[in-house]
Amino acid sequence: MTYQVALTALADPTRRRVLETLKSGPLPVGGIARGLPVSRPAVSQHLKVLKEAGLVTDRAEGTRRIYYIDPRGLAALRAYLDQFWDKALAAFQAEVESQSDKERDEKP
Amino acid sequence: MTRTVTIAPVHKSIVVKAGQARAFEVFTAGFNRWWPKEHHIGVAEMREALIEPKPGGRWYEKGVDGSECDWGKVLVWEPPHRFVLSWHLNGEFKFDPAVETEVEIAFTPEGANATRVDLEHRHLERFGQESGEALRRGVDSEGGWGGLLALFAKEAAA
Repeated sequence: MTYQVALTALADPTRRRVLETLKSGPLPVGGIARGLPVSRPAVSQHLKVLKEAGLVTDRAEGTRRIYYIDPRGLAALRAYLDQFWDKALAAFQAEVESQSDKERDEKP
Repeated sequence: MTRTVTIAPVHKSIVVKAGQARAFEVFTAGFNRWWPKEHHIGVAEMREALIEPKPGGRWYEKGVDGSECDWGKVLVWEPPHRFVLSWHLNGEFKFDPAVETEVEIAFTPEGANATRVDLEHRHLERFGQESGEALRRGVDSEGGWGGLLALFAKEAAA
């Protein structure tokens, strides 16, 4: 999954609004289009791009498709930050303990 | 059916062989000594990473060309016990006051010469606003901070 694809997908303000609409819960195309100043076919096209970028996913419900924000993306963010802070704190620990070592070495 | 997108905070805890006051001092006043230079958001190479030691203080970087980029602000400042920073990076790794998550770092004495450092990065669901979806994609890739992290790991291990 590439970061550039997601950024490109979100460069469009209407697509950002589609995502914001989905924050309140899953919706069919018609439900999304109702809150936006664009046609249903345009919304469908935007959803296709968002889906390809991994930002939105869908499921069948009867004869229609329901769209929702892909929660795995948020899990990926959290996993990243988890790893990020492990490494940041390890760097901090190395610095603070190397100072303590120096002080001990300087003591007679 | 409505569903609120939420995401659990990241919690980290380590014990360092240093007293509480020293641990706080190295983390904050010494921030630039351990935060890797590669890890910056400005266009220019980073010369310094700084935390201003006061409530409302800036958390920011200075570039080698003299430019400055904000990362966030000091929300709580209680040396040597804890401090809280806001983190204002949007999906394009630029400062954006509309996107605000928080990082709290607490320092608790553990015996004579050791300190437990607890870190919490919270309100992560706020990344889901605006172009935040791009951030979590970006940070999860080698093209984003993933690549910088590899350098970070190297730095820390050196």
